[in-house]
Amino acid sequence: MAVWANALIQGILLGGLYALFAAGLSLIFGIMRLVNLAHGDLIVLAAFIILTIATWLGLDPFAAMLAALPIMFVAGFALQHLLLNRTLGRDLLPPLLVTFGLSIIIENGLLELFSADSRRLHGGAIETTSFALGPDVAVGVVQLLTLASAVAVILALNVVFYRTALGRAFRATSDDLEIAQLMGIDHPRIFSLAMGLSFIVLTIAALYLGMHANFDPTIGPQRLLYAFEAVIVGGLGSFWGTLFGGIIIGIAQTIGAQLNPEWQILGGHVAFLAVLVFKPRGLFPRTTD
Amino acid sequence: MIKAVSPPAAKTSGYRIETRTRASHAVTAVASALVIFLAALPSFAGRGIIEELIFVFYMAALAQCWNLLAGYAGLVSVGQQAFVGLGGYLLFALTIMAGIDPLAAIVLSGVLAAIFAVPTALVVFRLRGAYFAIGTWVVAEVYRLVFAQFRQLGGGTGTSLGPDITNTVFGIDWVKSMFDVRAPAARDIISYWAALALAVGTISLVYFILRSRLGLALGAIRDSEDAAESVGVDNWRVKLTIYVIVAAATGMIGALIYLQTARISPDAAFSVLDWTAYVIVIVVIGGIGTIEGPLLGTIIFYLLQHYLASFGAWYLILLGALAIAVMLYAPKGLWGSVVGRYGLTLFPTRRRLVVQKGALRSYRQEA
Amino acid sequence: MALLETRGLTAFYGDFQALYGIDTMLQAGETIAIIGANGAGKSTYLKSIAGLIRGAADSVRFEGAPIGATSAAEIMKRGIALVPEGRRLFPSLCVEENLLVGRYGREAPGPWSLGRIYELFPGIKTRRNSASTTLSGGEQQMVAIGRALISNPRVLLCDEISLGLAPIVVRALYEALRHIKAAGTSMILVEQDIAQAIKVSDRIYCFQEGRLSLSGRPSELSREQIHLAYFGT
Repeated sequence: MAVWANALIQGILLGGLYALFAAGLSLIFGIMRLVNLAHGDLIVLAAFIILTIATWLGLDPFAAMLAALPIMFVAGFALQHLLLNRTLGRDLLPPLLVTFGLSIIIENGLLELFSADSRRLHGGAIETTSFALGPDVAVGVVQLLTLASAVAVILALNVVFYRTALGRAFRATSDDLEIAQLMGIDHPRIFSLAMGLSFIVLTIAALYLGMHANFDPTIGPQRLLYAFEAVIVGGLGSFWGTLFGGIIIGIAQTIGAQLNPEWQILGGHVAFLAVLVFKPRGLFPRTTD
Repeated sequence: MIKAVSPPAAKTSGYRIETRTRASHAVTAVASALVIFLAALPSFAGRGIIEELIFVFYMAALAQCWNLLAGYAGLVSVGQQAFVGLGGYLLFALTIMAGIDPLAAIVLSGVLAAIFAVPTALVVFRLRGAYFAIGTWVVAEVYRLVFAQFRQLGGGTGTSLGPDITNTVFGIDWVKSMFDVRAPAARDIISYWAALALAVGTISLVYFILRSRLGLALGAIRDSEDAAESVGVDNWRVKLTIYVIVAAATGMIGALIYLQTARISPDAAFSVLDWTAYVIVIVVIGGIGTIEGPLLGTIIFYLLQHYLASFGAWYLILLGALAIAVMLYAPKGLWGSVVGRYGLTLFPTRRRLVVQKGALRSYRQEA
Repeated sequence: MALLETRGLTAFYGDFQALYGIDTMLQAGETIAIIGANGAGKSTYLKSIAGLIRGAADSVRFEGAPIGATSAAEIMKRGIALVPEGRRLFPSLCVEENLLVGRYGREAPGPWSLGRIYELFPGIKTRRNSASTTLSGGEQQMVAIGRALISNPRVLLCDEISLGLAPIVVRALYEALRHIKAAGTSMILVEQDIAQAIKVSDRIYCFQEGRLSLSGRPSELSREQIHLAYFGT
């Protein structure tokens, strides 16, 4: 019984990480119906940037992540402003293929710069600190911090979306692009701001990606898939749904791993496909798209 | 459903619906000659050329398949590696475990891939547009992880086809004596013919689908999904049909690829880079939504691969940048730009209304 | 100088020409009505002014500046607000948010504020936290007008605000327009309900198949003239 309880708890904590992966993707989905196929690679890119800052300036990963935030916000804004805004329109192919091309460029650029070696963000003492919840259940501090950060990020996104003028503009643009312009909303700028915000979230995700486990330039696409699954399982258009979606994928993975160590990833995918078959609009649907 | 466009009065009133153009008759003749030439090539070309052309043929075939799916049916999949890998693994299973002749196994793999495609479609068709794209990728990952579980097929590390299988492929003895070559070269020649047949087959398949009622329905869907529904096109069924046909063809191509390499592993067989990313680059550069585009794209891709692949990561960065540049500056691709400028078409699939002499006058009089 | 002026305004949808050289003029404080049959180009005219359809810069002038090629968002910031045909409220925003989003691009001082709009349309104040999709057509139209008004525009463009609404509701909306006019806002009303439009307008323009067929003060135009300009027969 204890092993299953442990699997469940570890799954919930892992879900925090996946929710962080997913939140930035969900944000972009919601505002401009853009599916960013480079999202996973961008998380890995952010992890390498944090690593580089930490190494150069001798900072711990948390401080390095804070230093990376403004850089990544500007990078996201610029990416949308210079490249992705030009691909948005009725045809779904251009944004898909441009972000797919971007994914290939980032992955191979990182391989060229950093080689295929595994890296890790070392957080010092908290990395190995954990406390026991029971005889066989222990919870790592990093894992707890991940889940707490995921909840904090979701809360913050909800405040931005539902309590600020910018959030109203985000939702109005998502509802009706033409009428939004009549409100004086400069939609290319709104999209660029949204991508900047998405980059901030994915940089926070990158910190925990690097502290949870080893990473190398090739693991991006897998993170994209977990993030995507969390978004769809949670239901499009709801940040809390995305958090729960992440947790469900996390639990499915740890339960899969408990059954057979080789089934961890498969467990998450199967849960995703099951939701798709039985509840195609996700478990917590909000919008009708 | 759509009725064929042939009103009974068509002949008398002097209208015909035509798809062929004069240029296309010439193209048919040239293409036939080219195919005969390529079929005869092994009698005088070296093994190196044969192996390069096998690669060109199967990439061209994969590109046609993806183009039919994404360019004509609007199903932008980034998970076609699912069916390449599936075809490859089915070939290994059928030859190793069931002792079926490899050539027969290629065909059978296609049939089985089509059967697998039906439940797959029922799941991924619940997602639309861009979500569909990532959904197909997830499904391809599921296929990869599941095939890694089969110990009989080598599990996660994969397995090889022994010479007892590859050297007994149908017709090998005849090829050996005919061309006076040893078993490995004879095997290549048979794979070469199979690849040529698959390439020509997929091109013909796409051509004939586009000229059939199914093609008419696809055109209607491409113009407007809602309008197509309103004139009685069952969008869902049309798309399912295309998805399953493409899965069958892709599965056969995958089976051939892994008969040729004689070694399979889950990571290679279900590689998104090799079997989807490259294919997308080919189609996008060449021109999506045309039959000629993917062919042109394959040639360009082959040249890039041939001269630049040794640059490794930089080569891939270049491919990614090229795809982005084409999408931004020439979204119809190279062939699309040519057609846009000169109206040239080798494989005419558009229906043109041909008005015969005198028909207009009689129309005016009636009016 | 006119507040807003169109000179030789043309508009195309692909190959189809919807407007053929429209010359109109709006003075500060004035209300004009654009009338005409379906397809006469009235909505296209408003969209061209609002920047949803862009053309030659010189074809539309606002406070003397050419805005014919300016983006819709920028035009709104300068002080032209459009109440679109069919109301088009944002479904994922509640009533109050729909009003507030109207001043995203422009917050100019003036007679209109959230409180004043609730005074103008008391009915929607009680529904302020409701989803905009649950409102009646008339209430939605009130929110749409309030949404355009809250930025204190110099010119308010109204596209068929009476469309599909009961006569009693239409009368209430036009009563509100009188208040808006009295507060100093200039207006261009596109209407098929000629009787209502004429009552609040200082001048009218009649469109027919993309061309101006008649203009003048309501008092100076006869019913027959308007009828002829409207239907063309």
